Amino acid sequence: MDFIAILSIFVLACFVGYYVVWSVTPALHTPLMAVTNAISSVIVVGALIASAAAGSPAAKWVGLVAVALASVNIFGGFAVTARMLAMYKKKDR
Amino acid sequence: MLPPEQMLELGPPVAEVTVHAVNPWVAFAYLVSGVFFILALRGLSSPATSRNGNRFGMAGMLIAVVTTLVTHDIASLPEIVAAMAIGGGIGFVIARRIAMTAMPQLVAAFHSLVGLAAVLVAIAAFLDPAAFAIVDANGAIEAVARIEMVLGAAIGAITFSGSVIAFAKLNGNMSGAPILLPGRHFINLAIVLGIAVFAFGFWSGEHAIDFWLVLALAFLIGFLLIVPIGGADMPVVVSMLNSYSGWAAAAMGFTLHNTAMIVTGALVGSSGAILSYIMCRAMNRSFISVIAGGFGAEASAAGGAAKEQRPYKRGSAEDAAFMLKQAESVIVIPGYGMAVAQAQHALREMGDLLKKEGVSVKYAIHPVAGRMPGHMNVLLAEAQVPYDDVFELEDINSEFAQADVAFIIGANDVVNPAAKTDKTSPIYGMPVFDVDKAKTVMFIKRSMGGVGYAGVDNDVFYLDQTLMLLADAKKMVEEINKALAD
Repeated sequence: MDFIAILSIFVLACFVGYYVVWSVTPALHTPLMAVTNAISSVIVVGALIASAAAGSPAAKWVGLVAVALASVNIFGGFAVTARMLAMYKKKDR
Repeated sequence: MLPPEQMLELGPPVAEVTVHAVNPWVAFAYLVSGVFFILALRGLSSPATSRNGNRFGMAGMLIAVVTTLVTHDIASLPEIVAAMAIGGGIGFVIARRIAMTAMPQLVAAFHSLVGLAAVLVAIAAFLDPAAFAIVDANGAIEAVARIEMVLGAAIGAITFSGSVIAFAKLNGNMSGAPILLPGRHFINLAIVLGIAVFAFGFWSGEHAIDFWLVLALAFLIGFLLIVPIGGADMPVVVSMLNSYSGWAAAAMGFTLHNTAMIVTGALVGSSGAILSYIMCRAMNRSFISVIAGGFGAEASAAGGAAKEQRPYKRGSAEDAAFMLKQAESVIVIPGYGMAVAQAQHALREMGDLLKKEGVSVKYAIHPVAGRMPGHMNVLLAEAQVPYDDVFELEDINSEFAQADVAFIIGANDVVNPAAKTDKTSPIYGMPVFDVDKAKTVMFIKRSMGGVGYAGVDNDVFYLDQTLMLLADAKKMVEEINKALAD
């Protein structure tokens, strides 16, 4: 992909983000932060590529540490979001 | 063997060049993952759809990870599995055990991890550019990739060190009071310039030293930026760092030409930016003034001794219980003090007891109540307050005129009428609850001495209809509950 194609995706995604986030109810702003935290750990993709390659042992170990850190976030972020969301209940009538 | 000059002319091995031809199915998988992340955020538009949204998020992450693993030759699968298991295990246990009142610290800590991971990925890409397919025909790192890398590394480093400070302040390892260095704006400006110069140097020459200098300076400025910001401005800071972690991921996505990372980075980046904006608007302060820091330091230093003593009415738990029982409608306004005292469960019990007496109980939440966006909502949800009893500022503010009791627990600045009337007040223009219109105001506060974050006195304390309940919030509510049950 050339740079301009990637830039187009990025700019359009910013607009999508803008409208989607404004529609999030303020009561769920804390879960929103937790889940954005979890999904921004998609950076694990980069960490996996680094740790999978055989080119440089230093890069491999740096990548592995990054994989571990991002995994804390992925599992922790989604689990804590699920835990919070499970608490939001309607009135039982 | 060819002499080195001729090696360069021949270019790198063919395999490294062909990685650029991305398999369309792989690109498609990352796209699906990106769309799933959008759906995850979309689900949060209501509590009913939010749980499904979270599942979309998990599915998106699974797709991204599996796609990466199956499309790369993996030289070290056991190590990768071990790293994921260790990290994942730690994350899962923390997520299960953490107290809901500690959520702001946890989010700050998680932000720091994303930041550090971004830094490490950038370092790895710098050490082994061939693995990331960002090598040009001369064997150097592509010019665009150099900029993206150094940008991602710098934003990641700022996110990391800033979040560490935010964590320390929220967790009480560090004083929440703003710490002001002399000439800090000048120092910060110099560091930013330094980052720009070395980033330019790295782009033009690909010198390793420039890369490391940018990283070091970025770590430093992250610390310096957050240190002068006070505890109650943390909602803005945490949202801002949330935004940064997104931009860092997006920058690395550019380096890796990865749709999932770019889409996610854009989503998270705009999410954090919007939350910061909402928080600033709710305090009627500009983003710049929050980031410049030092808020509240001047006011509390000046207003301490010279304050006149004004008469106020002090009440007991029994008085409060009696009046609450007589009321028809009660609006509860929780603030950070409720979180500190862990009073949310006692508060819900009080609500239940009052409802049994036929009193209508509603909860009113200010956007900046607590230490992060939505902090109070989560605590009330934890205490099993139904979310349809909880209202936002603009939805409930007109109801105070008809309310019998405004019950303020651990909040202060968000009910201060000075925000509406006193142009010299540091909180002037901030939207506040019109509690002075309620027939009775009950104010739970530990003592008369303490002032809110803004360091200003609150006229509501001295109104004829105000009853000051001076005690620890949890103890006071428990005593009220005892009196209500009798």
